[in-house]
This record gives sequence, C-alpha cells and structure tokens, in this order.
Amino acid sequence: MEVTRADLSKETLDKPTGNTSRPDSRGRGESGVIHDIGYRHFTGERLGRGYITRSLYVSSLRGVFGLGRSGKSKLLPLLLSAAMLLPALVIVAIISITNLTEQPLAYSQYAVALQGIVAIFVAAQSPQLVSHDLRFRTITLYFARPLERVDYVFAKYAALASALLLLIGVPLLVLYLGGMLAGLPFGRQTAEFGGGLIGAVILSLLLAGLGLVFAALTPRRGFAVAIVIVVLLVSYGAVNIVSAVAYEEGNLELAGWIYLFSPVTLYDGAQTFLLNTPSGLIQQPPGTLGGIVFCLFAVFCVIGAFGILLTRYRRMAAA
Amino acid sequence: MGVVPEVRPPDSPIVDDVAVIETDRLTKRFPSVTALDDLTIDVGTGVTGLVGSNGAGKSTLIKILLGLQPATSGGARVLGMDVTTHGSQIRGRVGYMPEHDCLPPDVTATEHVVHMARISGLAPTSARERAADTLRHVGLYEERYRPIGGYSTGMKQRVKLAQALAHDPQLVLLDEPTNGLDPAGRDDMLDLISRIGSDFGISVLVTSHLLGELERVSDHVVVLDGGRLLRSQATREFTRKTQVLSVEVTDTDDRRGDEVLAAALAADGLVIRHDGRLLHIDIADDETYDLIRDRVVGLGLGLVRLQQQRHHMAELFRPDGGEPDGGDQG
Repeated sequence: MEVTRADLSKETLDKPTGNTSRPDSRGRGESGVIHDIGYRHFTGERLGRGYITRSLYVSSLRGVFGLGRSGKSKLLPLLLSAAMLLPALVIVAIISITNLTEQPLAYSQYAVALQGIVAIFVAAQSPQLVSHDLRFRTITLYFARPLERVDYVFAKYAALASALLLLIGVPLLVLYLGGMLAGLPFGRQTAEFGGGLIGAVILSLLLAGLGLVFAALTPRRGFAVAIVIVVLLVSYGAVNIVSAVAYEEGNLELAGWIYLFSPVTLYDGAQTFLLNTPSGLIQQPPGTLGGIVFCLFAVFCVIGAFGILLTRYRRMAAA
Repeated sequence: MGVVPEVRPPDSPIVDDVAVIETDRLTKRFPSVTALDDLTIDVGTGVTGLVGSNGAGKSTLIKILLGLQPATSGGARVLGMDVTTHGSQIRGRVGYMPEHDCLPPDVTATEHVVHMARISGLAPTSARERAADTLRHVGLYEERYRPIGGYSTGMKQRVKLAQALAHDPQLVLLDEPTNGLDPAGRDDMLDLISRIGSDFGISVLVTSHLLGELERVSDHVVVLDGGRLLRSQATREFTRKTQVLSVEVTDTDDRRGDEVLAAALAADGLVIRHDGRLLHIDIADDETYDLIRDRVVGLGLGLVRLQQQRHHMAELFRPDGGEPDGGDQG
C-alpha cells in the first residue's frame, strides 16, 4: 500500500516532464532521466476478430496440454500423449527387425485400438478448456471484449480438435516414418497414412464436439469428466456387445447399424466407407446407404455440437 | 511495436464533446421484474458514480451498455456508438470490471492481463507492455508473477481493474469495485479510480450502493432506484450535505462530555447535531478533524469514536433531499 502512495506522489511530481523517450511536443521534455513515465496511452493498431480468435485458439491449445499452467496440469496430458505414442514406437521397432511388408496395425485402426486413452484425454481435457472459464466466471471478461460468441466457440472447438489430431496424428506420423525407414512400400504406405490422417480429423472433430458439449453443461470439472468418460467408454462397450450379439443371432443389419451410436465406431464406419480403410467393426454399415448415413450422421454430430455450444454461450453472455 | 508512448495532459481527455454514455428512455423488463424503467441519462467525461441499492438496475445497465443484453425498449449510445448495432466496437474501447470474481486461480496476474489484452486485439508485444504498465499502475509489483489463487481480495480487485485497463479503453465500467475490501483497501481503490479519471484521462462509470464513497471520487452522481432515475447531479451538491463526522467522547467527572464538546465546537463555528451521546459535525474543511481532536484533548475528554459517515440511499428518499441525521448508520 505504501508503495502505491509513494508511486502516486512521485508520478504527480514528475508528470510535467512528460515522457522522455521521444521529443515532447510541448518542448519541455528533454531531461535525461526517466523517473516515472506516468500513464501512457496505447496508440498502436487494434487487431480484429481474426487475430483475437487466433489468440484464444493458441492459448486454448496450449492449455489442453497444460502449457502455461501449473506443473500438475501438464502431468496427465503428457502421460496420455506418451501412452498414445508408445505402441507406435514398439511397432516401428518390430517392423525394423522383422521382414513385414505392411503395418501390423493399420493407420486407420490405431485410434480405435487405443480408444480408451483417447477417451480419457477428451474427458480430462475438455473441462480444462471450458468448465474452467465457467467456474471462475472468466467467461464474463471474454464477452466484455470484441470477441463474439461464435468466435469463442470456434476457438475452443478448433483447439480441442487440434489437440486430438496431434494426439492421434503424431503416432501415425511415427509409424509412417518408421515404416519408410524400414523399407515398406512407399506408395501404398503414403496412401494409407493419408487416409489415416483424414480419419483422424473426422474422429477429432467428433470427439471434440462431444467433449465440449458435456463439459460446457457444468462448471463442475469432476462431473464433466465423469459424464464424458461414461458417454465414450460405455457407449463403445455397449455398441460392441449389441453388435456381437446381433451378429451371432444372424441379424447383420442391426449388427451394422448399431455402430452409429458410439463416436469411435461411427468414425470407423464413416472412414471405412469414405476411404476404404481396413475396419475394426465386426459388420460394416449395410451397403452404400449405410455408409452415407454414417458420414452424414458424423457431419450432423459435429454441426449439432457446434450449435448446442453456441446456444449455450448465447444464454451465458446475456446472463 | 504497437505502443507509441504518449502523455496526455489530464485536462484533455480523448472524448471532448461527445457524451460518453447516453440513454434514451431505456427500459429493460425481465419476466418477473422491471430492471430499468424509462431511464434517460447523459454521462460526460470524468468519473461518474452510479448509486443504487442492490437490484436498482446498475448491473443490468452495464450489460446493456456493453451490448450484451438487448433493451426491451428505448436506446443507448456509448462513446457515440449505438449499443444494438456497434456492440463489438464499443467493447473494443470500453473496459469492464465485473462485480463478481472472474479470475482464474492457476495463472499469474501478468499472464492473465496479457491474455486479456490480446483478446482486446493488442499484438503480443503491445499486450505484454500494456500488462506490465497497467499492473504497475494498479500497484501490483513482484506479486504479479505468482498465481492469482494466492492473492488477497484487495490484490484480486487490482488485477480485475488492470485487465479492464489493459487495452487502454476510453471508458471503464467498474461494477462495485470496493466490494469486500477493508477500509484501507477501499480508500486505495477509490484513489485509483480518481486517478484513472484525472491522470489517465479515461472516463469512469463506477457503481456502488454507498453514496458516501462515490461522492469522494465522482464528478457527477447518478442515483437509481428500482430502475428509475432518482437523481443526476454534480457531486458538489451531494457533498455539501453529506460530509459529516460522528464523534463520541467520554464524560469528565462532573460534566457530560458531549455537551462540553458541542459547546466548544459551536463556539468555533461548526454546525453540530446531537443524537443521544453522539455528535454529528459538518465537515467545513480538512482543518475540522484537527480542530475536533484539539478540542477533545483540550477539554480533557477521551475520544471514543471519530468517524466519517457513509450515507445510505435511504436518505435520498427523504423529502428534504438527504439531510443527514443520526438514525442512519455511520
């Protein structure tokens, strides 16, 4: 408190000399020592929506991995990223000491095989992105600035989707580069890797939407984590069980359609139809119609999630 | 390098002739309550106090001025821009300090203010410079490198103020900035607000439910009651009526202390009212405090209480326009 007062009186005394870092327009200020330059107005450029949205996107993306936050919040994303990467490294090691001519685990199936880790990542890190702003009411400060609600939702959505794409894409890149070094056929590998990446984009968009919608429902982080975990893991388990039973019973239609109702199987069905990648599903969505429905439903989910978030924040900002 | 240093003398604020805030028959109805009722006010440069009890419509007015809530009817302009069509531009040139907590606990004050400056459109380098500047101006030094979670209420209020100033706004809207502060912190915050209006050349709209604290720093006071305009006038007119000290003294062995003191002070030309054992004394000037102290000592009395009165809104409802009396809290 004393410091403030001292600072205050000093500034008052020094004010007439003005700022000495440039010639004083009133012709008084060429003294050599800056005691206190007082309040300076900002006369630089004020950047627009694009820059503002990008700033929020970058800080949010860093936030997903705990960068710029406490050491504790870096731990989980780091562990999960390592867990995603480890199998890729093991596979590369296996390829390089054996004579395999193709990847033992298809690019398109990597995220499916490790969907548990991806699910935990989404569940743990989406609340980090949105519940945090709601819980501490920082959201008020955002909306009192030239940041539109749609920009906020877009930045957060893009940040989580990008984080997931990194989480899934980096191991794929490791697989690809490792495969190249081990002398796997270039053309085919590149095509499959490309397909795997496109699939990863689809999955990232789907999971980011789902994670954010549930996380934005509640300012309570633990609650949000639990809901997202349940929705992802339970739906995945349930869908697979129903499909397996239906398959055994000979109901192939149901066995294929039921995959619509879990994000990871929806992704698998859509990418198999779109990119003709190897599939992990027991039964594919029935025919061309099934494939189209899976793709459209995936698009619908992403747009729907964005819409729900927008509605949610429209209410928030007015409150 | 976005910041071009510039010192503007306090007597030349950015906006000279444009009214900073104008509302025209502004009305906001919620399903169960009318928050603002046919409100027409005109706020100029400098510090303006917006006074009203809880629920008088202060926060609703701020939300409408920021373009975050639509008005039910009527209109408002901020810095000459219409709130319904130019919300984003207004928010680019206005700073807002909310009443409630709004700071993330796990980042440092510097990181938070830099981030908020960028969200207001300042390039990274400018944002860092502005954050350092504003944090220094609000009186946060080494603490600004520590996570906000460990701050006292007073420090948090300073960070909230700093983020509102980070982008060098032309107008700041401060919602109950003294809430939760102890008397010393309250004084510091009021000093800061006064400096923002005079030294920084930034217009201020500051709300409070206490008229007493706003009249100290405001050039103009607007009083709301139940969403309606009760009064809008220059502070001087309020001040004349409300600068009052409450004094309580011990008795001597043979005489009542308050009577002796009242007689002595009346001889000095001060205006005094009795309220039981309390004396309410109009403050003539800064000398009044010393005079009272010297008289108390001179008469051999013990000083139990010497307190500046804060007047509640209730006084303004009285037909005589707020003459203080002893019934109100001190």
